[in-house]
Amino acid sequence: MKFKFDRHTRRKLLSHTVAVLSGLTVIAVLYPLVSIVYEAVIRGGGVLFQWTFLTAKPPNACDVVSCSTVGIGPAIQGSLLVVAIASLIAVPVGLMAAILASEYRTRGFGRAVSFTADVLTGVPSIIMGAFVWGYFVLYDPSIAESVIAGGIALSAIMTPIVARTTEEALRTVPNAMREAAIALGISKWKMTLRIVLIAALPGIATGVLLAVMRAMGEAAPLLLTLGYTTNYNHSLLQPAAALPVLIYTFAESNYSNQQEVAWGATLFLLMFILAANILSRYMIHRLSQRMSGGA
Amino acid sequence: MESPTPSPSSSSSAKTRRVSPWPDRIFFGLVIAVGAFVIALAVAIVVILVYNSEQSIRVFGWGFFYGTEWSVQYQVFNVVPFVVGTLLTSSLALLIAVPLALGTAIFITTQAPRWARGPIGTAIELLAAVPSVIYGFWGLYVVHPYMAQTVEPKLQSTLGWTGLFSGTPVGLDVLTASVILAVMVVPTISAVSRDTLAAVPAAQKEAALSLGATDWETTRIAMLPYARSGIVGGVILGLGRALGETMAVIMVIGNAEKVPTSLFSSGSTISTLIATQLLSNSGPLQISAILECGLVLMLISLLVNVAARLLVWRVTKGAGTVLA
Repeated sequence: MKFKFDRHTRRKLLSHTVAVLSGLTVIAVLYPLVSIVYEAVIRGGGVLFQWTFLTAKPPNACDVVSCSTVGIGPAIQGSLLVVAIASLIAVPVGLMAAILASEYRTRGFGRAVSFTADVLTGVPSIIMGAFVWGYFVLYDPSIAESVIAGGIALSAIMTPIVARTTEEALRTVPNAMREAAIALGISKWKMTLRIVLIAALPGIATGVLLAVMRAMGEAAPLLLTLGYTTNYNHSLLQPAAALPVLIYTFAESNYSNQQEVAWGATLFLLMFILAANILSRYMIHRLSQRMSGGA
Repeated sequence: MESPTPSPSSSSSAKTRRVSPWPDRIFFGLVIAVGAFVIALAVAIVVILVYNSEQSIRVFGWGFFYGTEWSVQYQVFNVVPFVVGTLLTSSLALLIAVPLALGTAIFITTQAPRWARGPIGTAIELLAAVPSVIYGFWGLYVVHPYMAQTVEPKLQSTLGWTGLFSGTPVGLDVLTASVILAVMVVPTISAVSRDTLAAVPAAQKEAALSLGATDWETTRIAMLPYARSGIVGGVILGLGRALGETMAVIMVIGNAEKVPTSLFSSGSTISTLIATQLLSNSGPLQISAILECGLVLMLISLLVNVAARLLVWRVTKGAGTVLA
């Protein structure tokens, strides 16, 4: 009897040990998030909350104690420009691809498109950059490093994300809604755009937001396609600055004023992306509540 | 629809209004064209890479895949150092990440109180939203000194006899790169594992519990086997993410064009090679070789991603997708 009792305790003990260990892994996994935010606040908070930081140009390399840390204005402008161009391409294309996959019966073609988009989400972003670079070098080398090229590279990353999340959102629209619209005599394309797409809008918006945030943080493809400058951009055919590229370049700098600007840019980008992510999660939450509660 | 007072008589007049089929056909044509465009994009990536690496393919032939040289001076370029660097950092990252990710997934699905599951899951997923360049920056300024001063000397003094940890522990090496990669892929693996563990039917768990199994035994006997292929899919998805990662690796791996001889030696992956050398005044043969390396990376990650997606699709029956 004693032996049996021992085994029982041993089993309980093992179970509790695993429970504690799994709790510890959560702490270990979340530690980097806390550390990243902490370091960014400590090292970048000071510069970020100066008024000119968001508009001034980045500093030159400088190791005199008195030299100034200035701002990330051109990088913000460049990031917004390049992501806007990428969205202009990726959102319509992604939406249409999703409509094909979810709304039409095409003997497997829609499924093939959906699978391709899914696989494309896994293509490394540096490959997208190399692909666009390779294309422009053949086609027109003078704009191989420009806002246009950078935007196209980012759109290649965003399109499959928009397509896949939109498709998921369209599939949550109940079929009864489509049938009701058709029964009222509306044509299919109007039904798709005005009824189904609108019903799925919160989910689509979430997907687009996620794709935009992803593009905002991409540095690798922009290293190859956007060029490098510390000035404001005046033409889409010219190179531009971008936040992730600026962070990378200044992180590798030996000068403390540039490193400080990189930390400020990191904090700015982090706040932006974490806020957008939490917002999109809130939207998903609202959507799922409406789906289960109402209708 | 537009008649103000619906009545039996108005329905008979409605049949005279026919909707033209053309807008529908045009819209359908547009949608098909966009679908074809997406597939063409995938094809174009491979075609452009092949076209641009034509010179390297012609000059080096199959030797590209077994030589270990990368020399600008002798104009000899082989892919092996970078394939080794890529596979080594990624597999080491998985070795670190998989137990952590499984632990978090098990904690969230079986241990955490119900109210805490959502927030913990969200916090872990936020890790996936942090841009990789920020991981690299953090790795360079926070993890790198810690590795160089604390972790690596300790590893060398205790496990130096294995030969894995030879060389000067400088902290900018394969090991540090793998640690950063591990942090980056944990959220992917954790999210998929959590979803597949949560999809285990309650009856399965209840059966184990009713036989007197403890929490851990229930997880081990009733849940993990059931969720196995989903978890494997998640791990491969994480592998795909690690294989192609550029920015987090480039800042901490040391960027040396050679086959790493230990975990403390610097190296390169295919992605860091592309990012560091494609634009740095490389000659035509070198550019062509770099893009052929890119082609190799593309094919490796395609293989890995198709495998992962087939596994995850099979488990979740096509519903749900893991992005990022």
